[in-house]
Amino acid sequence: MKKFNIWPWIILLIGMVYFFLPLIATFEFSLKMIKDRYTFEAYRVAFTDSKFFLNFGYSVLWAVLTMICSTLLVVPTAYWVHWKMPNARPYVEFVTLMPFVVPAVTLTYGLLSLYGSPPIVLIGSPILLIAGYIVLSLPYMFRAVDTGLRAIDVRTLTEAALSLGAGWGTILTQVIFPNLRVAILSGIFLTFAIVMGEFTFASLLSWPAFGPYLEEIGSMRAYTPQALSVVSFMLTWISIGLLQLIGRGRGQEQVAGAH
Amino acid sequence: MTGITRVSKSNGDAPQARPQNRKAMDWSWLGLAPFFLFAIIFLFLPSVSIFFRSFQTRAGDFTFENIIALFTVRDIANAYKTSLQISLITAVGGALFGFMLAYAVVLGGLPRGVRTFMTTFSGVASNFAGVPLAFAFIATMGNAGLVTRWIESIFNISTREMGISIYNLWGLSIVYMYFQFPLMVLIMAPALDGLRREWREACENLGGNSYHYWRYVAFPILLPSILGTMILLFGNAFGAYATAYAFSGSFINLVTILIGAQIQGDVLYNPGLGNALALGMILIMALCMAGYAWMQRRAARWIR
Repeated sequence: MKKFNIWPWIILLIGMVYFFLPLIATFEFSLKMIKDRYTFEAYRVAFTDSKFFLNFGYSVLWAVLTMICSTLLVVPTAYWVHWKMPNARPYVEFVTLMPFVVPAVTLTYGLLSLYGSPPIVLIGSPILLIAGYIVLSLPYMFRAVDTGLRAIDVRTLTEAALSLGAGWGTILTQVIFPNLRVAILSGIFLTFAIVMGEFTFASLLSWPAFGPYLEEIGSMRAYTPQALSVVSFMLTWISIGLLQLIGRGRGQEQVAGAH
Repeated sequence: MTGITRVSKSNGDAPQARPQNRKAMDWSWLGLAPFFLFAIIFLFLPSVSIFFRSFQTRAGDFTFENIIALFTVRDIANAYKTSLQISLITAVGGALFGFMLAYAVVLGGLPRGVRTFMTTFSGVASNFAGVPLAFAFIATMGNAGLVTRWIESIFNISTREMGISIYNLWGLSIVYMYFQFPLMVLIMAPALDGLRREWREACENLGGNSYHYWRYVAFPILLPSILGTMILLFGNAFGAYATAYAFSGSFINLVTILIGAQIQGDVLYNPGLGNALALGMILIMALCMAGYAWMQRRAARWIR
C-alpha cells in the first residue's frame, strides 16, 4: 500500500483556487448591479440591449460561415492526403500549424496591407474575416478530421464505393462525411467556441462581433460586461464539454487558442 | 479531376490499363489545390508581403532602415523587451505549475475522476482567453475586485492609496497563466502516462531509489516534452493580443499591442516600420515552432 501523500492534494487545491476564483469573482461582481443586494439585474440589462443581439448574431453568423468553409476545405484535403497523397502530409500539417507562427494581429496586418489597397481590394466584404477565422480553425479541424480518418479504413471504403460505381461527390457525402461525423463535430465545436469569443480579427478588420462589443461596453460600463463574460465562459464550457462528451476526450490534444 | 476519370475508366479492365497510365502525368495533387490555394492567398502572400515591405521605404526603394529601427527606436525595442519578458515569465511559470499539477493528477494517487475533470477543465481554460478572461481578472484583482476587497478588509489597507496597480507586467502575467498552465497539463498528462512501470522497476532492481529514478530515468525522458511545451507556451504568450488589450488597453507596451495600434492608425508614422515589426514577430514565432517541432521529435523517441 502506498503512503498517503498530501502534496498532490495541495497542488490540486491551488490549481482549483486559481481556476475558480476569477470565475466566482466575475459572477459575484455581475450580481452587484443594485447596491447592497445580489440580483440578476446586470443580466437583464445586458440581454435587453439590442446591440448585444446584433453583435452576438453577427458572431453566430461568422461562426457558422467559418464552420462550413473550414469543413469543406479541410475534410476533402485530409481525405485526399489519406487516400492518394500521403507524401503531402508534412506540407498540409505545416500549413495547419501556421496560425501559431503568424499570430492573428500579424496576419491581419499582412492581409490589410496586401488586400486593403488596389489592385485587389477585399476589405469591403467579410472575406478577410472569414479567411482569418478559417486559418485559426485549421489546426483543430485538421487534427480532429485526421484522427477520425485514421480510425476508418479509407482505402477499403473508397475502393468499395468506387467499384460500386460511386462518383467522388457521392463518396465524400455518403461515405466519408458520415464516417467522420464525430470527428467533424468535435472540430466544429471548437471552431464555434473560438470564433464566438474572438476579438483580434473582428476588431482590427472592423466587423461587428461579440468580442469587440464586449470590449467596448467594458470600457464604458460596469457589471454588464462581467455578466456577459460569465455567459461567454459558459458558451466555451458548453462547446468544449460537448466536444469531450462526443470524442470522449480521445485524440484531442489542443495546441492553443486565440488569445 | 483528371484522376477521377482515370480511375473510373479502369473499372472494367484494370490490369491492362495500369502500366500505360503510370506513364501519364500524375494529376492527383489537384485534389489538394483548393487547400494550398487558400493557404497561398491568405497565409503566404500576406507573410511574403510583410517580408518585402519591411525592406521598403515609403517610396518603395530598398532599405535596411526599418530593420535597424527595430533595435534603435526606444518604443519598439521596449515593446520587444516587454513581450519577451512576459512570454518568458509565463512560459517558465506555466510549465512549472502545469507540470506539478499534471504530476499530481496522473501519478499523485488522486481519484480517477479528478483527472477527467482536470483534463476537461484544462481544455476549457486553455481556450478561455481574450476579452472575457481579462474582465474576469479585473473583477478578481482590479480596484473593486473580490480578492482586492478581501485583502483590504483583512489587512485593513487601501491598495489604491498604496499605489498598487495590477495593470503592469506582473498583473498581466497572472492573467496569461490562466491559459498557459492548463496547456502544460494537457500536454504533460499523456507524457507522464508514457512513463512505463517497468522503467521504475528496473531502476529499483538496480538498487536505485526515487531520486535516482527521477534524476536518471524519468526526467531525461520527459525533458524534451517539458522544454518543447515551454517553447510552445512562450510563443503562445508572445502572440497574445486580445487578452492584453482588454486587460490594460495600450497601457502595457507589447509588440502585438503596437502592431494593433499601427493597424488602427499609423502610430509609427511609417508603414514600413510596421511591417518590420510584424516580421520580427513572425521570425520569433517561427523559431519557437521550429524549436517545438525539434523537441517533439526527441520526445517521440520514448513516449508513444
